[in-house]
Amino acid sequence: MQYKSQAVAKPYFIAAIGLFVGQILFGLILGTQYLIGDFLFPAIPFNIARMVHTNLLIVWLLFGFMGAAYYLIPEESENELFSPKLALVMFWIFLVAGALTIVGYLALPYATLAKLTGNDLLETMGREFLEQPLPTKVGIVIVALAFLFNITMTVLKGKKTVISLILLLGLWGLAVFFLFSFYNPGNLVVDKFFWWWTVHLWVEGVWELIMAAILAFVLIKVTGIDREVIEKWLYVIVTLALITGIVGTGHHYYWIGTPEYWQWWGSIFSALEPIPFFAMTIFAFNMVNRRRRDHPNRAAVLWALGTGVMAFLGAGVWGFLHTLAPVNFYTHGSQITAAHGHMAFYGAYVMINLTIISYAMPILRGRAANDNKSQVVEMWAFWLMTVSIVFITLFLTAAGILQVWLQRISDTPMDFMVVQSQIAPFYWMRLVTGVIFLVGLVVYLASFFVGGGKEERAA
Amino acid sequence: MNGAFTKSMARNIFYGGTVFFFLLFLALSFDTHQQLPKRDMRQTVASDPKVVAGKKIWETRNCVGCHTLLGEGAYFAPELSNVIKRLGSEEAVKDFIKLRPETGIPGRRSMPQFNLTDKELDDVVAFLRYVNTINAANWPPNIKG
Repeated sequence: MQYKSQAVAKPYFIAAIGLFVGQILFGLILGTQYLIGDFLFPAIPFNIARMVHTNLLIVWLLFGFMGAAYYLIPEESENELFSPKLALVMFWIFLVAGALTIVGYLALPYATLAKLTGNDLLETMGREFLEQPLPTKVGIVIVALAFLFNITMTVLKGKKTVISLILLLGLWGLAVFFLFSFYNPGNLVVDKFFWWWTVHLWVEGVWELIMAAILAFVLIKVTGIDREVIEKWLYVIVTLALITGIVGTGHHYYWIGTPEYWQWWGSIFSALEPIPFFAMTIFAFNMVNRRRRDHPNRAAVLWALGTGVMAFLGAGVWGFLHTLAPVNFYTHGSQITAAHGHMAFYGAYVMINLTIISYAMPILRGRAANDNKSQVVEMWAFWLMTVSIVFITLFLTAAGILQVWLQRISDTPMDFMVVQSQIAPFYWMRLVTGVIFLVGLVVYLASFFVGGGKEERAA
Repeated sequence: MNGAFTKSMARNIFYGGTVFFFLLFLALSFDTHQQLPKRDMRQTVASDPKVVAGKKIWETRNCVGCHTLLGEGAYFAPELSNVIKRLGSEEAVKDFIKLRPETGIPGRRSMPQFNLTDKELDDVVAFLRYVNTINAANWPPNIKG
C-alpha cells in the first residue's frame, strides 16, 4: 500500500462482501418461492424478499465502488486521501442506514414502514429498485455528497489522471441521476419516464464509466502497460458507452405511453450498446497479452479478463437479444428480462467489484498477492460462480422463450399462472444452479482465510 | 491505437460526443413531453383524485415487487395494466384482492391479504382503470398480459 489512507477501503470491501452473501441467500429464497409458492409465506412474501435481494445488490455494489475509489484515488493522485476520518464516519452511517432499511423491510409491513418514515411527506417509495424509505434515500444523498467531496478534494490537490477524472465523472453522475428518485408524479407515464433516468442512466450510463475506470486501473497495475495506452483505450470505451447508452434509454420507452418514435431511437442506439462492452473485452485481453510484467496476483488478472467477457455476454449479447422493438414487444417483462438482468449485473458490476477487491485486498492486508493456495481457491470460486450464472441465465432464457410463446404468441394463449407451472422444470434447474453459486460464494469467502499469505510479501 | 490517434483526440471525442448525445436525448425528451398530453390520460389523473390515491396504494403495498405494470416490475405474478379486462370487471378485481387467504394457499404463489378498505379498493381500481387507458403502443400483446 503506497498511501496509508488507502486503508479506509478495507471496511468498504468487507461490508460489500457481507451484503453480497445476504443478497445471494435472498436470491435462493426467491428461487424457491418460484416453485413452492407459499415458502416462508406470509412471513416473507415474494415482494419483500425481492426488494431485499435487489436493494442489497445495489448497496453492496455502491460499497464496492466507494471502496474502489478510496483505494485508487490516493494512488492515482499521488496524495493521501483528503479526510480518512470522514470516509470512516460515512462508512458507518451507510452501513447502519442500510442495515436498518433491510430490518425495516423484513420486520414491518411495507405500508407501515412507509407511514413511519414520512412517505406521506414526499412519496418516493414502492417503485422498483427505489423502494427505500425517505430517510434512507436522504442518507444515500448525504453519504454520496460527503464521499464525492472527499475524493474530489483528493484529486484536486493531487495529480489529475484520466482514470481519476473518468471515475469522478461516473460517481458524480451516479449522485446526480439518483436525485430523480425523489420525483414521483401521479402521472404514471411521467413517473416511469424519469424513473429510468436513475435506473438506466446508472447501469447503462455512468456506472460503465466507473467500471471502465476501475478496470483500467487494475490493468495498469497487473500488466505494467504504459499509462498512455491504457488511458486512450479508456477514453474510447467511455465514449462508446455514453454515445450508445444515453439515447439507448429509448429502449425503455417503447410501451410505457411515450411516443412510438422511441422504438426507432431505442432500437438503433441500444443495438449499439454491446460495442463498448466488446471494446472492454478486447481491451482487457490485449493489455494482458502484451503485459510487461507477470503480476503475482493471477486471480486478479482472471477477474479482470472475466469481467470483460461476462459483461459483454450479459449486458451486451443478452441485452441485444431483446432490445429491438419488434422483439421486445413480445419479450417485455418476461423471464428473458430476468435472464439478461442476472448475467448483466454479475458480469459487469459484481465482477468489476470482485476484480478490484481481488487486486486490492491482499495489498491492504500487507502483501502484493495472496499465496498460491489462496489464489487457487479464489479461482475455483471464480469458475463456480461464473459458470453458475451462465447456466442460471440459460435456464431463465429457456423459461422466457417458452413463456413468451405459450402466453403471448401461441394461437391459444395460456394464463400467466398456467404458463408458470409449465415452465417450472427450468425454475428447478435455476434453483439448483443457484445453490452451486452459493457454494462458489462460500469458496470465495474461504479464499480469504486459507493460506498463510507469507510467500508474496509486499515490497 | 497507434501514434496517429492521440490521447487528446480521444478526450475531445469523448467530451464532444457525450455532450452532443446528451443534448440529443434532452431534445427528444422535451419533444416527448410535448406529445404526452395526447397519450398519457393526464386529464383523468387531474380530475379523479382516486387515481392518485390508488397509485399510492399501489406503491405502499409494493405491488411492483411481484407484478408488472406496463411490463415493468417483477415477473412473479401477472401483468396488471389490463387486469380489469382480463378478470371481466372492476368488481372481480376487488373481490380477488379482498378474498386472498391470510396464510396463503398451500404450495401455491399467494398474494398477501392487505386488508384494504372499500375506499382503498375503489382507489386501486380507479388507478388500474386509468393505466389501461394510457396509449402504450398496443402493449401488452394480448389479454393474458
